[in-house]
Amino acid sequence: MQWEVVIGLEIHAQLATRSKIFSAAATAYGTAPNTQACAVDLGLPGVLPVLNKEVVRMAAKFGLAIGARVAPRSVFARKNYFYPDLPKGYQISQFELPIVEGGHIDIDLEDGGSKRIDVTRAHLEEDAGKSLHEDFHGMTGIDLNRAGTPLLEIVSEPDMRSAKEAVAYMRKIHSLVRYLEICDGNMQEGSFRCDANVSVRPMGQEELGTRSELKNINSFRFVEKAINFEIERQIDVLEAGGKIIQETRLYDADKDITRAMRSKEEANDYRYFPDPDLLPVVIEPAFLDMVKATLPELPDEKRQRFVDEFGLGAYDAGVLTASREIAEYFEAVVVTVDGAAKLSANWVMGELTAALNKGGQDIADSPVSAQMLGGMILRISDNTISGKIAKEVFEAMWAGEGDADTVIEAKGLKQITDAGAIEPVIDEIIAANPGQVEQYRSGKDKLFGFFVGQVMKATQGKANPQQVNELLKTKLNG
Amino acid sequence: MYHHKTIAELSRGLAAGEYTSEQLTRHFLQRIEVHGTALNCFITVTADEALTQAREADQRRARGEAGPLTGIPMVHKDIFCTDGVKTSCGSKMLDNFIAPYDATVVRKLKEAGMPLLGKANMDEFAMGSSNETSFYGPVKNPWNTGTVPGGSSGGSAAIVAARLAPLATGTDTGGSIRQPAALCGVTGLKPTYGRVSRYGMIAFASSLDQGGPMTGNAEDAAWVLNVMAGFDVRDSTSVEREVPDYRSGLERPLDGLRIGLPQEYFGEGLNIEVAKVIEVAIEQYKQLGAEVIEISLPNSKRSVPTYYVVAPAECSSNLSRFDGVRFGYRCEEPKDLEDLYKRSRGEGFGSEVKRRIMIGTYALSAGYYDAYYLKAQKMRHLISDDFKQAFESVDVIMGPTAPDVAFELGAKSDDPVSMYLSDIYTIAANLAGLPGMSIPAGFVNDLPVGLQIIGNYFDEARLLNVAHQYQQTTDWHTRTPDAFM
Amino acid sequence: MSLQKEDVVKIAHLARLAIDEADIPGYARNLSSILRLIEEMDVVDTEAVTPMAHPLDMVQRLRDDVVSEENRRECFQKIAPQVENGLYLVPQVIE
Repeated sequence: MQWEVVIGLEIHAQLATRSKIFSAAATAYGTAPNTQACAVDLGLPGVLPVLNKEVVRMAAKFGLAIGARVAPRSVFARKNYFYPDLPKGYQISQFELPIVEGGHIDIDLEDGGSKRIDVTRAHLEEDAGKSLHEDFHGMTGIDLNRAGTPLLEIVSEPDMRSAKEAVAYMRKIHSLVRYLEICDGNMQEGSFRCDANVSVRPMGQEELGTRSELKNINSFRFVEKAINFEIERQIDVLEAGGKIIQETRLYDADKDITRAMRSKEEANDYRYFPDPDLLPVVIEPAFLDMVKATLPELPDEKRQRFVDEFGLGAYDAGVLTASREIAEYFEAVVVTVDGAAKLSANWVMGELTAALNKGGQDIADSPVSAQMLGGMILRISDNTISGKIAKEVFEAMWAGEGDADTVIEAKGLKQITDAGAIEPVIDEIIAANPGQVEQYRSGKDKLFGFFVGQVMKATQGKANPQQVNELLKTKLNG
Repeated sequence: MYHHKTIAELSRGLAAGEYTSEQLTRHFLQRIEVHGTALNCFITVTADEALTQAREADQRRARGEAGPLTGIPMVHKDIFCTDGVKTSCGSKMLDNFIAPYDATVVRKLKEAGMPLLGKANMDEFAMGSSNETSFYGPVKNPWNTGTVPGGSSGGSAAIVAARLAPLATGTDTGGSIRQPAALCGVTGLKPTYGRVSRYGMIAFASSLDQGGPMTGNAEDAAWVLNVMAGFDVRDSTSVEREVPDYRSGLERPLDGLRIGLPQEYFGEGLNIEVAKVIEVAIEQYKQLGAEVIEISLPNSKRSVPTYYVVAPAECSSNLSRFDGVRFGYRCEEPKDLEDLYKRSRGEGFGSEVKRRIMIGTYALSAGYYDAYYLKAQKMRHLISDDFKQAFESVDVIMGPTAPDVAFELGAKSDDPVSMYLSDIYTIAANLAGLPGMSIPAGFVNDLPVGLQIIGNYFDEARLLNVAHQYQQTTDWHTRTPDAFM
Repeated sequence: MSLQKEDVVKIAHLARLAIDEADIPGYARNLSSILRLIEEMDVVDTEAVTPMAHPLDMVQRLRDDVVSEENRRECFQKIAPQVENGLYLVPQVIE
């Protein structure tokens, strides 16, 4: 049977505020356990929540960016369940009236087309703490530093039909929240994570199959693997005549499998009701206008502009605009090189990205600044160095040996463009290789490359390759 | 003697140097030592802290920095968190809980310079109308120690009635200030919802709870409310609205005051003798120039059923934090996580609290939410609209605070529903968020009867004025049980 | 609505309350009588009424995003049943 896969994602983006959603405790990552859990976060008797304004602003910003309706009135509700990392025995979330409703994200498909994924809603809620399972004589340790950290939960429609689409959607949201500067997107630290609802149904069937919820997946790679595993598992079950049980499953990255969560076995009855400690959140049009004014150029707009303004291909423009930092870096390079956009794009996507990946560095920490890279590209454009030598220059800049001109000067990498200096070298090589010259002249064209190589070797790569080609041709044919 | 003086008088005496705060505090501590145990009205007596604070108050006065309440000792209901002092909320669950912070109300009264004598006994988590649900045992009514003091602020009411302190704070979710005030013959004021900060007041039902003063008379309540009331950044439901000087309007004559008498407050279930006392009190108001208007609050009959959905629903969630993990009671040797939760909560909570948690859990659960919780929220709207309409033609609403005088200890313990009906006249004000008072208005069988006065939103000044004028011409509020003279 | 023994067991589980077997009938009886009291609401038609969650018609006040809480772990953990290395301890959580 042909099966159709149906996927919806719930993405949790931690909002990049200084203080928590309902308390004035810090949200910094990685501090000693429970040192950032204040009375409110601990749910001490008698404490009360007060909403952080920045959280509302950030949610509204997201809503505007995806073309959603930012609710003029939204309500916080309590989701009741017992768990040790949930201090109050309820999570303050939004249920019936979320702050953001509707909106959409366009993703690129592998075949080059694009697809619109609808966003159902995005709501504000508080994060829970962490359970640490290291052995405390058979007990679990609870760290509530993260409790009360603001989250924006972005819920999609079940619009995705493959793990690849799900990843593309997740990447797009990831890029967007970072553009908007509302989330740092750090997946290792859990600032951006997702739950995936996965089901399959016979192709052509309208009714949705029973879904399972894959919890807390914190990398793009794992999302794809977890979903793919789950799809296969479900199809296997169904094809063997079995039934899918609606359940919560965890992805085990070590074994590359998903397994049912034991702790969430029972059907939950969360008993949502409006939180009586909090009042309805009202967003006035003036507030929304103010937020609108702070919206940056969004990834899709930027990408189109890169195509129009710099003549880049859609793919390159997409890569360069996937992150706001890279896009800004690229634009700073282009300004320096006065228009050599395509060459700049190649360097940013090529050597620079490779070097960053190798060192696991962020572009913000790149030892080669946009101005330095631009300066080097200028030297390529004005024929001071060849593209090949430029790689050497780039490496030296990366190693901290100064800007392009300094490196070129210090290492004597300046290209030889003087025909008078290249000609004697060519003459010497022709003289030293009579056999090859003979073969070339008798039609073995391929040997041309051998001569170029010899010249470059003799000039330590500094000879202008174009000139070498021309001079060689004249002399060999002559 | 000091304990027969009002707060206003004590304030003047302290200011005139007739006595010191330390003398006053020692006097009340001594009375507590003599009478406290018999009435079982204290959970904690903080004698050392009180004396330290009293000496500080005296020093402050010597520096010329005393405020009107500086040096006057008081008591907090054990529902208010007091930094460094046990805050039990009348529950085994919090028997070991030393609060690590002060409630806003506690901080304000501390800053005013009032020494804290101790923490008053109360119904467990403020759930009860007789003080019999306290883990620390029932409080006795000073007027007849075989009867209950009312609840949940029964300890506070008994303390003020027995003159063991001139002020005790209370909280009122469905009548918990007014009903014990009535049963013990003291003055109790539940302000408008949002007028007094709830921060640090252990929540029972967040949309109904409101703290207020319990005192010997209305003037004292005005002095205290001046300090207790006000906006608090830590409480989202507290109101950003100026606090008037509640003392300034006390002397206003009542000429032309329009008093509404809801027919529903004088019907079936009301002790006929209590009704007579209330009628006499209303007569007194007519003498003072007030006009009486018959009104109807048609939906108030449903206030008890409505309340017993809203309050338990909120409490079922509010009390989930008591799980044996971060504070409070933890059961012995839990065998797993579920056992930890179930036994810590099962053993830590008393049966009334468990009942209400279960009712609330049920009312919010899948399939019942609309029929119970949502329905109750709609009823709440109707009940509150009744008041809105009534206040278009009247200035205050009056009636009995409770349908009967104090009943015997144990009389209703096995019948929750009949216990719930003790609050039949007080609950509607909580559902609507309106301010209400109870003042002593006479006796039936040597037990006090309370007159309830309900005002419009933020009209505490008028309530206090109306109560004070009555107390200028009657002496019910000055009566003290013989054993506590 | 009359609650049966199983209902009480189910509700008690949802609320994480250990109830003695012997007390269950008493709870079932009391809770049922409370529910009967509650159901007196049913005589009122509330079809067209909007629910009221708060006594006052106010909107949520927003706090500036400022950190003002300090680390008080030691103080908070003094009142905790069981802690180690700054962590609250609970019986093992199995995910």
